[in-house]
Amino acid sequence: MSVRSTITSQFQQVAIEQDRALAPLSDELKLVQSGLDSLSFAIIVARLEDSLGIDPFNASDAVNFPVTFGDFVRLYENFDK
Amino acid sequence: MASLATRSALGAPALAALRDRSVLLLARGQLSAALALLELDGVARRLVLATPDLAAAHLPQVLRSGEIQALVIDPETPAEFASGLPAFSVGAEPHAPAPARACERASEWVLLTSGTSGAPKLVLHTLASLRHAFAGDVPATDARRWSTFYDIRRYGGLQIFLRAVQSGGLVLSDPQESVEDFLARAAREGVTHLSGTPSHWRKALMSGQARRIAPQYVRLSGELADQGILDALASTYPAALVAHAFASTEAGVAFEVRDGRAGFPARLLEGESSGVELRVSEETLRIRSPGTALRYLGPEAEPLRGRDGFVDTGDRVEIRDGRGYFLGRRSGVINVGGLKVHPEEVEAVLNADPRVRMSLVRARRSPITGAVVTAEVVLREPPGEEPARLARELTERCRAVLAPHKVPTTIKIVPGLALAPSGKLVRSGA
Repeated sequence: MSVRSTITSQFQQVAIEQDRALAPLSDELKLVQSGLDSLSFAIIVARLEDSLGIDPFNASDAVNFPVTFGDFVRLYENFDK
Repeated sequence: MASLATRSALGAPALAALRDRSVLLLARGQLSAALALLELDGVARRLVLATPDLAAAHLPQVLRSGEIQALVIDPETPAEFASGLPAFSVGAEPHAPAPARACERASEWVLLTSGTSGAPKLVLHTLASLRHAFAGDVPATDARRWSTFYDIRRYGGLQIFLRAVQSGGLVLSDPQESVEDFLARAAREGVTHLSGTPSHWRKALMSGQARRIAPQYVRLSGELADQGILDALASTYPAALVAHAFASTEAGVAFEVRDGRAGFPARLLEGESSGVELRVSEETLRIRSPGTALRYLGPEAEPLRGRDGFVDTGDRVEIRDGRGYFLGRRSGVINVGGLKVHPEEVEAVLNADPRVRMSLVRARRSPITGAVVTAEVVLREPPGEEPARLARELTERCRAVLAPHKVPTTIKIVPGLALAPSGKLVRSGA
C-alpha cells in the first residue's frame, strides 16, 4: 500500500471510530475542515507511526505543521527515514 | 523481637561492633538479611534496609542520609558496594555462638522507597510503627505459615516477615526462582497465608500452577486490585479469604478490605479505627495513624507528614455509591490534550474482558495532544483469532464505556508485562 493510501484509509477508519463525518479527501482540503478533531489526528499519527514506522512530527528538524490534507501526505511521503 | 537462637549468623564480635551503630543492611539474600534483622534489632541504633535493586550510584546518598557507620554484607553483595566503612558478613545460616543478649534499645528501622527522580528516599519507622497493623494479633496456637512474593525489605514483604516473626512460620520467596517453582515449594511447605501485588498474583495465575497451593488467606497490596483479579483469585481459591490492603511505605497500612469487592467502604473515611484516621483531601487519600512513618531522613528531606500529622498518599480516590475507588497516582495521570486519563480506569475496562489476563495502559507521546493512551494486553489464552480483530473488539469495548480521550489509540497483544522489583507493573511511559 502506498503512503497516500495508508494515510487515506487511516483517516477514514478513525473518522468512523470517532463518529465523525469526514469531508471528501482532496489535497486542497484544509485539515480543520476535514471533520476530524485533534484527538482524531493524534490517533492517526500514532497509528501511522506503527504502520509506516515513521513519525515526521518528531523529526529533529522543525516540522511545518500541515494545513491541508496534501501537506499531511507530503510530510510522510518526503520524510527521510 | 529477641531472637531465641543459640547460634548467630553474625557472630559476637560483629554484634559488639554494630551496637548503637547506624547500619546499612546490604546482604542480598533474603534469608541472610532476615537473620541479620533478627539479630540486630534492639542492638543497632538504626537499621537501614537496602532493597536488592539499590543501584551502587545511589549508595553515597544512602550512606549520607542514613548517617551510616557500618555495613552488613553477604557473599552476594557486589564488590562495588564497598565504601570504606566497616563491613560485617552475615551467613545464610546461624553458625557462630550467639552472645547473651537482651533487647537493649528500640532500634530505628529505615526503608528505602523510590523517589520520582529514581534516587531512593529513606523512610524512618520504628518496630512499633511497622507492627501497628497486626501487633495485637497473637493467637494462642498458630499454625499459620506466611509467605510473600515480595522481598522482605520492601514494606509489603516486611509486613509479612514481621507478622511471621511475631507468630506462625515463614517461607521466603527467591528472586532466582520461577513463579512455578515458588508455588511448588510453597505447596510443599504448606503455606497458608500468601501476599503479593495484583501483578504478582496475575503472574501466578498465568503460570498454570496457582492451584498447587491451597491458602486460607490471599492478600493483595501495592497496586489497585480490580474486580477481575479479585474474582479470579476467589474462584481459584474458594476456601480462602481474599483480602486487598492499602498501604504505603510512608503511610503504613490504612485498611484491609475483606468483602471481595474492588474499592473500599466509604465509611472508613469517617472517624477512626484502631487509631487509623483516613480522609480524602484535594482528591487524594490522607492517613494519620500510629503506623505512619516518622519522617524522611537526609539533609534535603521533605516533610513526610502535613502539619496536622496526615500523610498524603498521592493516591486519588473517588467515592461512588458509598464506596471509595482508587483512580491511580496523582502523578501517573495521562494528560491527553488537557484531559486527564487514569491508566487504572482504562485497565479495569480491558481487564473486564474475559479474554484478557492483564493490561498496561500508559502514555504515548503525541505531537498532537501531548500524549495519547496506549495499551498492552496479555491474554489468558494464546489468541486463536486474528490479533488485529481482537484489538479492534477491545477498542470497541473501551469506546462503549469510556470518554473518547480515554480509549487506547493502539492496543498491542503482548506475551507478558514487565514487573518492577517492587512487584508492580512497570509504568515507564512517555
